[in-house]
This record gives sequence, structure tokens and C-alpha cells, in this order.
Amino acid sequence: MSEPISALNHASYDGIASVKECGLQGMITLRGDLSDKLLDKAVKDATGQKAPGQREALVKGDTGVCWMSSDELLVLVPYAEVGAKLLAMTAALSGTHALAVNVSDARAVFSVSGSHARDVMGKLAPVDFSPQAFQPGQIRRTRLAQVAGAFWMDDADTFRVVCFRSAADYVFKLLKTAAQPGSEVGAYNR
Amino acid sequence: MLILRCPCCGVDAEETELAAGGEAHLKRFGPGSSDDDFHDYLFMRENPKGVHFERWRHANGCGKWFHVARCTRTLEVFGTYSAQTTEPPQEIKDAITAKRPGWTWREFS
Repeated sequence: MSEPISALNHASYDGIASVKECGLQGMITLRGDLSDKLLDKAVKDATGQKAPGQREALVKGDTGVCWMSSDELLVLVPYAEVGAKLLAMTAALSGTHALAVNVSDARAVFSVSGSHARDVMGKLAPVDFSPQAFQPGQIRRTRLAQVAGAFWMDDADTFRVVCFRSAADYVFKLLKTAAQPGSEVGAYNR
Repeated sequence: MLILRCPCCGVDAEETELAAGGEAHLKRFGPGSSDDDFHDYLFMRENPKGVHFERWRHANGCGKWFHVARCTRTLEVFGTYSAQTTEPPQEIKDAITAKRPGWTWREFS
């Protein structure tokens, strides 16, 4: 059997923030009517979380659910369980106008942590990263320099960044460059 | 630089996160229409100095289309609203009237 490995196989870099490729993460794209009770229940069965409101990320470790748009959710589950969870979800949603697809291998996930994590992210995305504007519990889909990406925060100093697997090398280099030693900006010092 | 609030995800997105989609509220003339109507539908666009209505897509974000009412002269944004409509909602028209009394744009005023 071939063994699945993530895009950069846990590459890491330490600068003003610690950048790490997180390895394999199970991800299911779920599209449908987010106010549907059946969909709400399917999400709860898979992740233990309710369907999130606008721009909410309800994530604990590698399990959770993120709001991607008004008709799309990103369901996060451990990589090994994604097949079983997807089957259960598809069964639960049969008969409703919804679609669940395993996209785990189409994505790469990074963590950016440290007291200057906000500085690093602020160099790459056109987003207000002040602690008042962006906090744990929120997700933001945007661009990271030239490619699409999304991120949420695990805690006050840790970002979890998601991009397409094909852009993983580019995003890792971006994050490395933005985290170069001596490149602190201090725009978001608390 | 333009900063538009996406009515779908509520984010204040700046221009580099968005994709311009051309003029808003076009009425399509397809098969069976007269050549003149089809020609106007394909080629004739407003190019105002002042109030203008456009379509934009939150391409590097939620991915949804939406409408924008803005001024091409001052880059002032009067408001953004859902793509699922064939004419600007009344509150957008009121917001424009408050700033630009007597404005007209195609059949709207």
C-alpha cells in the first residue's frame, strides 16, 4: 500500500514566528442550505459542533467546522476518519439538496505561531489583523500574496493557514520570507 | 483603492481581493431578439462620470457575486447589495439621492 504524505511532509521554519506544515488533515467541503436542520445534524454528528454562523470557525485541534460562504462549510476531521465521516454525512444528507466531497488531498495546512504571528500574516494578506478585528473563532478567506488562502486562529498567537496543495511550496516560502529574523513590524503589539 | 463590503460574507474587502464584473443590471437579449437589441446588449455600455452600478465578485474570499453603487468621479461607494436582484434596492437609491440629488443611470433615478 502506498502511504499518503502531505504536500511538504512537515517542513518547518523558525524565525520571528514558527512556521510548520501540519501534515495530513481530513477536510470535507459541504455545500447546501446552511439553515437546513438535517445539514446541521450531519455537521454535529461529524464534528460535535453546530453549523457555524457567518465567518465563524468552530475548531478544536483537527476537528471542527468553518464557514466558507453562505452555502458552503469546511468540515475538518482527522485524516484517518475522513472516509467513514464522509459516508455517514452523505447518508444523513440523502434526499436534501446538499453535496459533501472529500478534499483532504487537495489542500495543505500550515501553522504560524509565536508572538509575532500577526506580523507575519499581516505582510501577506490584505486583512486587519489587530486583536480587536481578528480573533480565535473567526475564519477569513482571502489571498496570501498571489494565491487564495484561508486562516483561522487556534489561540491568541497561533494561525492555522489553509491553501491549495499545488500552492503549498509557494505559501511555505512566503511564510518563511515573512518570518525572517529581524523582520518584526510590531504593528499589532498588544 | 476601492474597499467594498461584501454583502454575502460581510468582509470589508479591498480591490485586490475582488474581481470586477462589468456593468450591472444588463438585460439580456438572446436568440429571437432584434439585431439592434442584441447589438446594444453586447456592446453598449454606460461610461458615466458620476453614479455608476457595477458587478463585482469576492474572488479571493467567499466567491460570491454582488452589486456595487459607486461614483466614478470620487470613488465614493454608496453601497453594496445582493446580486439576486434586477434593480437597485430603495435604500441604495435613497443613499445616492442624499449625496447626488437628481442622479440618473439608465432607467433608474
